[in-house]
Amino acid sequence: MSKSVLVDITRCIGCRSCMVSCKSWNDLPAMPSEFSNNWDSPGKLSAETWTNVSSYVLEEGDQLKWRFVKRQCMHCNEPACESACFTHSFVKTKEGAVIYKPTELNQDYCVGCRYCMIACPFDVPGFQWDKTFPYVQKCRFCYDRTKEEGLEPACVTACLTGALTFGERDEMLALAQDRISKDPRYIKHVYGEKEYGGSSWLYISDVPFAQLGFKTEVFNRPVTEKAIPSLTWDVLKWTPYIFVGWGALLTAMRAYTKRRAEVHNEEEMYGPVDPKK
Amino acid sequence: MYGRNWSFRITWFRILMIIFVLIAAAAAIYRFVYGLGAITNLSDEWPWGLWIGFDLLCGIALAGGGFSTALVVHVLHKDKYLPIARAALLTSLLGYIIAMVSLFLDIGRWFNFWRPFFYWGFHSVLFEVFWCISIYTTIQVLEFGDIFFEKVKFPALKKILGYLMTPLLILGIILPSLHQSSLGSLYIVAIDKLYPLWWSMLIPFFFVWSAFFLGPAMVTVEGTLAARAYGRDPELPVFQSLTKMTMWMMIIYFIVKMIDLNYRGVFGMAFNGSYESNMFLIEMIVFILLPIFMYAIPSIRTKLWGVVTASLLVVVGVVFNRMNVVFTGMAKSVGGSYFPSIWEFLITIGMWSALALAYLFIVENFSILPKEEHTHSTHTNYGTGFQA
Repeated sequence: MSKSVLVDITRCIGCRSCMVSCKSWNDLPAMPSEFSNNWDSPGKLSAETWTNVSSYVLEEGDQLKWRFVKRQCMHCNEPACESACFTHSFVKTKEGAVIYKPTELNQDYCVGCRYCMIACPFDVPGFQWDKTFPYVQKCRFCYDRTKEEGLEPACVTACLTGALTFGERDEMLALAQDRISKDPRYIKHVYGEKEYGGSSWLYISDVPFAQLGFKTEVFNRPVTEKAIPSLTWDVLKWTPYIFVGWGALLTAMRAYTKRRAEVHNEEEMYGPVDPKK
Repeated sequence: MYGRNWSFRITWFRILMIIFVLIAAAAAIYRFVYGLGAITNLSDEWPWGLWIGFDLLCGIALAGGGFSTALVVHVLHKDKYLPIARAALLTSLLGYIIAMVSLFLDIGRWFNFWRPFFYWGFHSVLFEVFWCISIYTTIQVLEFGDIFFEKVKFPALKKILGYLMTPLLILGIILPSLHQSSLGSLYIVAIDKLYPLWWSMLIPFFFVWSAFFLGPAMVTVEGTLAARAYGRDPELPVFQSLTKMTMWMMIIYFIVKMIDLNYRGVFGMAFNGSYESNMFLIEMIVFILLPIFMYAIPSIRTKLWGVVTASLLVVVGVVFNRMNVVFTGMAKSVGGSYFPSIWEFLITIGMWSALALAYLFIVENFSILPKEEHTHSTHTNYGTGFQA
């Protein structure tokens, strides 16, 4: 029963109610903002802003198109952050949420190394740079609301236009396919279905994803569809074999060459340096 | 047995370094009280900066001389390299201490640093790095204990260490082999972030291999510096015979790199004229191919300037490679800009000054460098009169 949200970009009007409700439910402070060329405010995710709506003005012939993209943690099926963390401070729950400091047991095991931030393919986690003892923070998929209160995530509840739909992941995928196939305006792609092994948040759009700041191509090649933890594990799994094998080889070589080696009295060989010379 | 007490000569240069250490210590206290944002230029786009990129990654790589020399001297028993064995161990130990200190400074919740020992995130590369580096540093301290107890007489402890030495030496090669490669594996998660000229499933191989061939070059550079500082003869014959191993290892490195680029179909990216491709070409031509040629030509290799220049290129090249992985290769995908703050630089300078001071103190008080056979009286201080 992995939960999911389907974001239908064609239905978003950019009202940012989701941002307001996220801040108020999670008790996050407001961030000072600056004037800029677009309507994005504050413009990027951070430790205090877990969701953010970006605006895109697209020119198509003589027409202008407005599109708005809500961003937050994608809640990957196999999260890179979870695999990168060496204190289990991230957990992918069976409900689909990827949460930081998840259980009573490891409330405060985070070391603050920020490897999760290097690992995340979507650059989501934010760090409390101004705190003496900072935490990493990001969207929790309203784990408390959905699990304990039986509600939808705050952003979904706040959404006026039905751009966000909350439900089981397979149902959301079916819904996405249904909308795409019935309406020719849509791009025939569900973003989040396969990217980096798939994620709990899914997007459909009538504008190519690349034009809306989605990571579809990197260095002129499509983004990987392999889950990142599996790549790391492909290397890490060899560790015990290398440990034993390399150790055995070294021991054998040391024993073999020792028989031929001369005996040295190391104490006679080295001496302290006299700097006064 | 040396009839000498502890000594540490004070020169102006050493006073300057002590001042750097004190400034760094003050900045470090400020950082612990007010957090990372107060003195660093790190950001959500650039979570890792100078301390991780240079002090940790390069500090550990430059310490590669410890395990490659241990392998050659204590496992293969190539006795002609014995004169450099202890100096290599010492540099390596100090390099690891720098790495540990910079890591401790860099982590946000530093009082939790011991948590990974008890909470096993074995699916994380960082877990392996953390365990290997901690244990290996301990092992190096014990290996150094063998030297320490030559001066500070404590026969019982020295005897115990003597029994432990073989397993310690073997572990002291396995562990660095593992984590030198794991420092590269850290960047496997950065697929689609790290530029494909550096990202590879083989990056653990490139890291451990370069740390290994860097070892002899580092020993050469460091041995020459120490010789100049103390007016001794550099171990030129040792340096020369080390070049053969370094050269062949670098040739293998280069060939594997080319095969890897071709296999992944990104060979052309090296010539696409981008900033990344230019940095990659500099790395390959100036810091890999050039030293290979210098090592290959006898008339360069047999001269002190030749072997030292080539070795310096190898050392700088490995630092250049790590910087390319941490900064150049990541810049395009993470966006934003990062340049270390003055405090990040000052703390880095302070840490390396502390390393130099510790090195000087230890070689002047413990038996690290080989005794010189000829008389010192005939020896004049050569070089530019530089006195460390």
